[in-house]
Amino acid sequence: MNGADPLVEMRDIHVAFGGVQAVDGVSIDLYPGEVVGLLGHNGAGKSTLIKVLSGAYQSRSGEIYVQGRKAEIHNPRDARKYNIETIYQTLALADNLDAAANLFLGREIRQRNGLLDEVRMEAEARQILKRLNPNFTKFHQPVASLSGGQRQAVAIARAVYFEAKILIMDEPTAALGVEETRMVADLIQQLKREGIGIFLISHDIHDVFDLADRLTVMKNGKLVGTVRTQDVTQDEVLGMIILGKMPEGAAQKADA
Amino acid sequence: MTVVGRTLKAMEVDTRILGMVGALLVIWLAFHIWTGGLFITPRNLFNLSVQTASVAVMACSMVLIIVARHIDLSVGSLLGFLAMFMGVVQTEWLPDLFGGAEGPAFGHAWIWVVTLLAGIAMGALIGALQGYIIGFLAVPAFIVTLGGLLVWRGAAWWITTGQTISPLDANFRWLGGGAEGSLYLWPSWIVGIFTCAAICFSIWWARRERRRFDFPQKPLWAEYTIAATLSALVIAFVATMTSYQVPSRAAERVYALRGWEVPEDGVHLVFGIAIPVLILGIIAVVMTILARRTRFGRYVFAMGGNPDAAQLAGINTKRMTLWIFVIMGVLCAISAAIASARLASADNAVGTLDELRVIAAAVIGGTSLSGGRGTIFGAILGALVMQSLQSGMAMVGVDAPMQNIVIGIVLVLAVYVDQLYRRRTED
Repeated sequence: MNGADPLVEMRDIHVAFGGVQAVDGVSIDLYPGEVVGLLGHNGAGKSTLIKVLSGAYQSRSGEIYVQGRKAEIHNPRDARKYNIETIYQTLALADNLDAAANLFLGREIRQRNGLLDEVRMEAEARQILKRLNPNFTKFHQPVASLSGGQRQAVAIARAVYFEAKILIMDEPTAALGVEETRMVADLIQQLKREGIGIFLISHDIHDVFDLADRLTVMKNGKLVGTVRTQDVTQDEVLGMIILGKMPEGAAQKADA
Repeated sequence: MTVVGRTLKAMEVDTRILGMVGALLVIWLAFHIWTGGLFITPRNLFNLSVQTASVAVMACSMVLIIVARHIDLSVGSLLGFLAMFMGVVQTEWLPDLFGGAEGPAFGHAWIWVVTLLAGIAMGALIGALQGYIIGFLAVPAFIVTLGGLLVWRGAAWWITTGQTISPLDANFRWLGGGAEGSLYLWPSWIVGIFTCAAICFSIWWARRERRRFDFPQKPLWAEYTIAATLSALVIAFVATMTSYQVPSRAAERVYALRGWEVPEDGVHLVFGIAIPVLILGIIAVVMTILARRTRFGRYVFAMGGNPDAAQLAGINTKRMTLWIFVIMGVLCAISAAIASARLASADNAVGTLDELRVIAAAVIGGTSLSGGRGTIFGAILGALVMQSLQSGMAMVGVDAPMQNIVIGIVLVLAVYVDQLYRRRTED
């Protein structure tokens, strides 16, 4: 893109479940301040690919480079060390715990005596959630009792609080209303301005077309191609998703 | 909302716990009337507290296991095995080891400690084995511990080919309560006053912490009411325990044993808090802190609420599972010590059906079998409810088979009521 190193590069990733090639030799990259939409039908392998990056799955072969350096990601903890944060489609919240407990899950703040510093965690949670969603008030209830948008705010807060450099959002607006979808879009714009790279995964082109700088399309575990959003029409991308073919003329510019 | 409802809400009292306390009081009153005034007496309540201790200790860690979406069916058998193991350690191995050339040193002062530590180590080891198979080899806990139920009961028999070990070490027997195993008058009051001070301190501390960040506070009167109520309960408990007189013959024995000077007007001794109840109290506090204030406890609840989320948050759920079962093994050993010490002997039937009592105590106490929810305090209350029913029915002469029928029905009913309550409060 503009000469800078990519934030993250996944090269020739292979993932197999049993005999099925879920991801078959896919390479993608992401630059600072960029939104890359990852598109494809359900089962195209996009979630699987991205779970390799977030440490939830292991690739059979292939390499990951973070800011030009080879990265070893074997579990979610490793991914977090590289400031890779993931907002899963399921949100990955423990429904029985409150917002602060979920926000800090796996990275709790402790007092000097080793016990959880619950008050400090609640204070931090209040601060960041107020910023993301001013209507957020239920700090002592289990997150099971929150609305879809508030639950999403908790999941996003988790990524933002820990200063993600690379943010993965899996179908972020699938379960949200119009108002909340707009809030997520605003947030993505804001994070982009802060120089964070974002992978936006969706099976619906309308969710990502206006937000993404580039679009990567997958079909049946294979990479169809990557295009710059400004070079293509929605129909052309739809063609890539359905037919698995690059549109005329766009192919050469993909890796610009 | 009614005035009572508003008051309780301001105090942030868990109404489900309150309901259980209410149910317990109803049971106590009913048996008190039915037995013609024998149930709510210092003597009976003392016995009840001792009888509850063994199951309640195990229930404390069964809560963690069930919260993490596992189950342990082996605790009764494990208790039996560990009781036999500790029986052999204290009556055969250690006397020889400490005795040397002059023959076995029965009654050596260190025997009880070393025995208990050996039992705890063995319990932890067995817990680790079961936890490893469940966590790392991914065999369901139900199957592993069902196997354990058979294995450890069989192993208990094998230790002495079925012979009963009796009598146990004299010092070890204190762990089971009785005239020798109590705190008597002043130590009981010291424990009671210390507990009240700890309650007040923790309430004050929580308030101070919340002020640090300008959080909304409970009204002051609510804090005072809670502190006063809890302290009153502690004081009432100690007062009850210390008004139960040790029979004069047993009291003379204790005086002789401890080398106390006998006053001129004869011996007067009250039981006070029983040692097993003190042990239960300490374990309850430690386990509550572990469950609610440490990373470990937080992860247990996260695993129960959403195992996938826990894993994606970087929690090593396999290792967590192993440790949860290690804790269960340790508490089984402590329970085994209490149970066998109370009987003053170990036989391979100790702890039979205890797995069901322990699970029932946890479940009656509000632990959800689908995971993610449960409290230590609730489980102890659950154990007390079950023991109250059983003792009460025995006192009024209900046959053992009928007792089981009643307790079985109560278990199902308690869980049904709990679910009704949850459905109503969560919508």
